[in-house]
Amino acid sequence: MSDIANNAHGASLLRAIGLLRESWIGMIGAGLISFWVLVALFAPLLAPHDPLAILQPFAKPGALHVGTGSTLWLGTDNLGRDILSRIIWGSRTVLIYAPLATFCAYAVGIFMGLAAGYHRGWWDMVLSRIGDIILSFPVLVLYIIVIATFGASGLNIVIAITFASAPGIMRLVRGLTLDLRNRDYVAASHTRGESAFFIMLVEILPNARGPLIVDACVRLGYVIITIGVLGFLGLGLPPPDPDWGGMVNEGRSMAMIFPHMTIIPCVAISSLVLGFNLLADGLREVSLRD
Amino acid sequence: MTEISHSEPASVLEIENLSVSYSTRAGEIPAVVDFSLNLARGESVGLVGESGCGKSTVAMAIMRYLGANGGIVGGKVRFHGRDMAELDAPALRRVRGAQIAMVYQEPMAALNPSLTIGEQLREVPLVHTGCAPSEAHALSVQMLRDVHLPDPDRIMASYPHQISGGQQQRAVIGMALLGRPAVLLLDEPTTALDVTVEAGIVELIAELSRKFGIASLYISHNLGLMLEVCDRIGVMYSGELVEQGDTETIFSQPRHPYTRGLLDCIPLPHADKQERPLRAIPGRLPLPQERPSGCGFGPRCESFQPEICGVGPIPMDENVRCARWRDIDPRDSKPGGDSRPDNPLGDTILEVADLRKHFAIRNNSLRAMVAGRTVRYVKANEDLTFDARKGETVAIVGESGCGKSTLARVLMGLETATGGTVRFQDAEVGGISAGDRSPAQLGALQMIFQNPDDTLNPSLSVGAQIGRVVRKLGAETDAAKVRERVRKLLDMVKLPAEFAARRPRQLSGGQKQRVAIARAFAGKPAAVIADEPISALDVSVAAAITELILDIQRENGTTLVFISHDLGAVRYLADRVVVMYLGRIMERGSTEAIFSPPYHPYTEALLSAVPIADPTVEKRRIVLEGALPSALDPPKGCPFSTRCPRRIGAICDEEAPPSRVFPGGHSISCHLSVDALEIVEPVIALKVDAS
Repeated sequence: MSDIANNAHGASLLRAIGLLRESWIGMIGAGLISFWVLVALFAPLLAPHDPLAILQPFAKPGALHVGTGSTLWLGTDNLGRDILSRIIWGSRTVLIYAPLATFCAYAVGIFMGLAAGYHRGWWDMVLSRIGDIILSFPVLVLYIIVIATFGASGLNIVIAITFASAPGIMRLVRGLTLDLRNRDYVAASHTRGESAFFIMLVEILPNARGPLIVDACVRLGYVIITIGVLGFLGLGLPPPDPDWGGMVNEGRSMAMIFPHMTIIPCVAISSLVLGFNLLADGLREVSLRD
Repeated sequence: MTEISHSEPASVLEIENLSVSYSTRAGEIPAVVDFSLNLARGESVGLVGESGCGKSTVAMAIMRYLGANGGIVGGKVRFHGRDMAELDAPALRRVRGAQIAMVYQEPMAALNPSLTIGEQLREVPLVHTGCAPSEAHALSVQMLRDVHLPDPDRIMASYPHQISGGQQQRAVIGMALLGRPAVLLLDEPTTALDVTVEAGIVELIAELSRKFGIASLYISHNLGLMLEVCDRIGVMYSGELVEQGDTETIFSQPRHPYTRGLLDCIPLPHADKQERPLRAIPGRLPLPQERPSGCGFGPRCESFQPEICGVGPIPMDENVRCARWRDIDPRDSKPGGDSRPDNPLGDTILEVADLRKHFAIRNNSLRAMVAGRTVRYVKANEDLTFDARKGETVAIVGESGCGKSTLARVLMGLETATGGTVRFQDAEVGGISAGDRSPAQLGALQMIFQNPDDTLNPSLSVGAQIGRVVRKLGAETDAAKVRERVRKLLDMVKLPAEFAARRPRQLSGGQKQRVAIARAFAGKPAAVIADEPISALDVSVAAAITELILDIQRENGTTLVFISHDLGAVRYLADRVVVMYLGRIMERGSTEAIFSPPYHPYTEALLSAVPIADPTVEKRRIVLEGALPSALDPPKGCPFSTRCPRRIGAICDEEAPPSRVFPGGHSISCHLSVDALEIVEPVIALKVDAS
């Protein structure tokens, strides 16, 4: 079963990447994402300073470091930490927790959606109502409840995001499953006595992948914003670890005098979110062509 | 219409060397090449060809409606002597719908679901003649009367979904005629409809064309239908018109090898599957971008000679686009393939008795609860009784909604029976769903599905899908042995072994259906249920698949339950036939008995409705009135009583008909007496002068 599924995914992924080259929007998105991934990977080499080291407070972008005479390209914050280094190290936080949280939300949402759409009846009734209840809460309230209960940590960010996003993913997967379960190849697998598990994972899920991949890209963008918001509200990673959302919050009170302290992390967040949204647009464009 | 004076030139529409191309990512793709055709006033010309041959593009090019990436790259379309290319957008709008009108394949897609039929009809005279709304209304009502719709006022106020498919198509035809067009383009107007409904629509089009003197261009893949409705026929292949001529001549003396090949692919009612098997055209239609130089049909033609046929574009020569048509002796190609020995029949392996399948429809509205009718039942199958022997082909025939697919699903265990018994290989399986059947039982009864695009999992390779069945049902576990068996199965359906690595999207419809057949036969089944396995395929591909199924069946002694609405294919394939209507069996017996008198009145109408692609055959015309009753609310007595042309009286509406039994296991459910049933003339007969 797994070898069947693997070779299917390998080939179609390569095909998708090949096709993506024809969409310049998708290519820009992929470029922005790769830029941040490379920055995160090589953070120790790229960062000129220790992100926690206190150099000199309130340096504007391009100011010179008093001690060494080197340029502080993006300036320093109120505590005197180098903003460039903090942005570089902060990209690691986002690029670890955002995909991880999205992946967990998908794992839960796909499982619930497949079960509800395939079995229908009671499964659908119970799972859909649970989803409706969660979706009826304002998302921010949900985050605050979860993080306030479990405390602020990377793992709890993942849990909060999974909890809040899984019902939406479930709805999408359920809809796709309701359509795909009526295909003749699903009937054919029934007539050779396949288990429900096999039918869901091999006959249905791989054929729902198109819309799911596009949705995952858009959702990844939202999760990055969410992580920023959590950091801003002080519900993200505990200080003093560099965190883009936290940096916006720290600079907030001095935004009128030292706007660079808030603008720079905002630009970092937006560019990454934009990258994922453009990639999603590109993938959608490519998938519509064929 | 009436304004057109008789002094005008005979040709209403002249198409001269028309070429149409589409520009795509893969470059410029020629869809129609060097196409010429004249259409005279009142004339009905047919355009036949398989899917992708460019016949619909011709219709769109006439209207100059080709989409953003299509364009006329050569030739002229003249309407009333005026070049259509010279018309600007407003002038073109005045021509479209008013002087050249079009009828499409899907009536439901042609009508706007959020407007009533009346609003949509009135729009035509309002836009094109600028008449008063009341006058437009009167014209529309009159037109609905002309297309023989019952109760025009009610239809005017109805939304499209409130009337049946046949009524929708009549409304669409009415809409097309409201502008009083000189030319009517019909693109597969009856393909989406049932045969008995089709017969009515075809008659209507013929009647209206005569009445209003309209020239019509009739596009279809159905050669039998062409023979019935057209004066002249053009045969298209791969974007080119390969032959044109009188309908009679095309059918009796086809000159182009493709036309001849196409005619050899159609099962005729008097052909026998053992003596005269169908002969499919070898190879497949080339994609437009990989068309061969010279004759487009060359690679598939028996008479191909590279030095004559392979160079340059082949010009039309006396209405045939073949460089060698004078040299090819029609007697060289004998009709039909090699004959086969008879198929020996064994013991009964499938016995269905009093099978019932009801679906509960719940209505949770307050009104239904007050009335105490929250659950109603659709009786999809009611008291079905028949059996099948080893090696036999039993056909289940009926129009859409007759419950034949439900029967297949019950037999396969995809649904469980509400009542009655299904005995398969001496075990009761009717109440057992597929999940609860043993692997041996599952392997012994397999299914071939209708839609080739839906039958294979798009994410898995062909080899993986067949291999899975071999492991599950063929009880092979060793990887090398599974691969070997997959290779053998692909070979059995005449696909090369490399296809194991391919994905469904890389295959054509016919190839997908071959893989589906290999998959069904992977567990060495004793019986295979084929639910319309060829109805979604092109004529020549369908012939190849039909022959393949027959060959494999013979080799393995498999029982075949063949579900179809195509009586031609049924006549050709089946040993015995079961005719269903609204969930009940109307008639059953040997194929011979079904196709000759005595008939059930429904079978009689069905036989009369089926177009036959043979000019030597004569049919009695019986056109059914009315639409299929709703399965939720079927007639109390005989289900066919509402449309039956031989209805005797109240007894038909009140009482279930008795079974009239004739010799040879032939039985008919009808109130008519045995004598009354026996005295009818055959529906299909050979013309006396032709033989």
